[in-house]
Amino acid sequence: MDVLMIQSFAEPGLTHFLIVSAILFSLGIMAVLSRRNTIMVLMGVELILNSANINFIAFSRFTELSLDGQMIGLFVIIIAAAEAAVALAIVLNVYNRFKTINLDEISLLKG
Amino acid sequence: MFTQLPLTILLLPLLAFILLIFFGKRLPRQGDWLAAGLMTLTLLLSLFLLLFKLNAYPGESISSSFDWVVVGSQTIGFGIMIDNLAAVMLVVVTLVSTLVHYFSMGYMKDDVRYSRYFAYLGLFSFSMLGIVLTNNILLMYVFWELVGISSYLLIGHWYEKKSASNAANKAFIVNRVGDFGMFIGIMILFLSFSTFTFEAIFESISAGQLPFGSEGWLTAAGILIFCGAVGKSAQFPLHVWLPDAMEGPTPVSALIHAATMVAAGVYLVARVFPMLTADALLVIAYIGAITALIAATIAITQFDIKKVLAYSTISQLGYMIMALGVGAYTAGFMHLVTHAAFKAGLFLGAGSVIFGMHAALHKLHDHDTDAQDIRNMGGLKSRMPATYWTFLIFTLAISGIPLTSGFLSKDEILAGTLAFSTLNGHWLLPLIGFLVAGLTAFYMFRLLILTFHGKPVNEKMIEGVTESPKVMTIPLMILAALSLFFFYSFNPFGASSGWFYSAIERPLSMVPELMQPAAYPVFYEAVSSVHSFAMLLSILIAGAGVLMALAVYQWKKVSADDLAKRAGVLYSGSVNKWYFDEIYDTVFVNGSHVIMKMLRWFDENIIDGIVNGSAVITLIFSKVSGWIDTNIVDGLVNGTASTANKAGGLLSHIQTGKVQTYLVYVIFSFLVLFVLFL
Repeated sequence: MDVLMIQSFAEPGLTHFLIVSAILFSLGIMAVLSRRNTIMVLMGVELILNSANINFIAFSRFTELSLDGQMIGLFVIIIAAAEAAVALAIVLNVYNRFKTINLDEISLLKG
Repeated sequence: MFTQLPLTILLLPLLAFILLIFFGKRLPRQGDWLAAGLMTLTLLLSLFLLLFKLNAYPGESISSSFDWVVVGSQTIGFGIMIDNLAAVMLVVVTLVSTLVHYFSMGYMKDDVRYSRYFAYLGLFSFSMLGIVLTNNILLMYVFWELVGISSYLLIGHWYEKKSASNAANKAFIVNRVGDFGMFIGIMILFLSFSTFTFEAIFESISAGQLPFGSEGWLTAAGILIFCGAVGKSAQFPLHVWLPDAMEGPTPVSALIHAATMVAAGVYLVARVFPMLTADALLVIAYIGAITALIAATIAITQFDIKKVLAYSTISQLGYMIMALGVGAYTAGFMHLVTHAAFKAGLFLGAGSVIFGMHAALHKLHDHDTDAQDIRNMGGLKSRMPATYWTFLIFTLAISGIPLTSGFLSKDEILAGTLAFSTLNGHWLLPLIGFLVAGLTAFYMFRLLILTFHGKPVNEKMIEGVTESPKVMTIPLMILAALSLFFFYSFNPFGASSGWFYSAIERPLSMVPELMQPAAYPVFYEAVSSVHSFAMLLSILIAGAGVLMALAVYQWKKVSADDLAKRAGVLYSGSVNKWYFDEIYDTVFVNGSHVIMKMLRWFDENIIDGIVNGSAVITLIFSKVSGWIDTNIVDGLVNGTASTANKAGGLLSHIQTGKVQTYLVYVIFSFLVLFVLFL
């Protein structure tokens, strides 16, 4: 514990990035699971994606994997953009259909 | 000569039938001249044939045939056989037929179906000539049925009358019973000898071949063939149709039911005579005797002029059959010929009387009085002299008074039965023979006296009765002439010296020696020894019968009612024809009704029961199977469905429809997997 703390103040290592990433991931999950607003859920998803990006880049920086992590990070950003576009289109259609974007009220598939 | 001529004789009446049935109504006078003319031509040809045969080929039997049906190796011929028997029979048939044709021109005048009547007469003549001419028992059977059908058509000529159509049916059906036996007999012969021709059959039998190798079968075949004769010749027990057949026009009764068709049975027995065993002949003789007696006893009490004649016909046919049975072959056949003349005459005479009565009653507008009932007649002698005198001659002939033809033949028959009884001890046959001779004389004179003598019952009606036209009386005169002795033998007291006896000889028996009837020389000797006695006795008995009739009906010394009362049961039995119709009605008609009722019960209860039972069983079965279907099969299906439903219901609780819940599951399971595997 002590060693970790000392190292962390001296120079941010892999562990710090992973901690930030984990925090970000947890926040994303929280947002996805608890927000009622669909837009907020989508934003949670963005957080999760970005936490994954941090992980990729961190591993790429601190290991011998050269630029593979950055490459995948770029892919993730592109996919996230596409996802956001599709998801927002779905949300718009859902709103047209149900006049709401509250996820609790959109439960037609309830068994 | 012996092929074309008989064929022409056979086919001319058929030609008449065809022409009249198709064009009869369009011909002038509806074609009666055509039918009568063709028939006269047939008669002349037959006479020529007979004379030619007797002079040129007296002892031979000439036959010719062609193959008619060929099946494999089996051929059935269509052939003609002319022997003296056939030649004589030809003349009898064509003669009576011709005279009846002429008589009918008067009697059937203004009939609704005049041309059809003559057409049927032609058909009948054709079929009857076929029976006479054929050399083959199968063809004989065919023609046998053809005369049956023409008889049926002619009995039912006035089919608007219920009684006439019933009588036609009865005649046809009763004949069917006899014909059935005949057919079985023919088939027995065919199975054993595989031929139908008489000559071939006789040859096989004389060569020692027997049906199924047994003499019993030969006797059976003979008796079965005789069954056909029992039906056609109205012998006991199938005699019941003939009296009813009197519903037909009277000339038809004269032709078919007195002279020719009913004699076909006798002709058949004469034809197959060589193959009849002594046992079969004995049966034949007794059947004939019983018939003669029964019919004569019934004839005594009948009042319908035609019924009396019908029963006397049955009785005389019984005589002929009996004569053949005892071996008096020539006498039996001669009686057929003489009987044909005088009985046809009697019927035509009766027809003339009925014709006159009808006309007289019609003039008085009396339609209730029966024109055929002798109780309504009497005193017709002066009104119808020609009819009366000819009728008298016929009556004398049938009663067996000397100088008539009937005397000749009957006398020979009685001598034959007497000779038979001296040889074999069957004394009942001559006893019945003589008794019936007396009865015949009695009832015939009763008929004559009640019809023509005495005081008329209805003066007014009698004045209206006139003699029938010439076309009717001339046939009567011809037949009356033929009822005299000199046509058959120049000796009025013995036929055996005449041409008839030399022409018709008893054929040799072909059956094995042990089963033969008494040989002809033996029989002939016996006949000669009893002949004078038989003749004397028959004259005495016939005279007694005539005297009885005169005493009762002419001089009224004895009251007929008194006699009837004295006779009691016998009288009522006779009046009611010994209840044969009633017995047959009870036994056969009701019997078949009972059987039908039983069959119906069987149908309704057993057959229907089986059907209904199987229906009930099916119903129960299907109920069970239905229950299984609805409960077990459907239960399984529904059970599966409801199980799935319940499972789904249970599982549906985790399907909240909320995206976030699903995500929770995903993350939770991811974590579980993470913990488990890492």
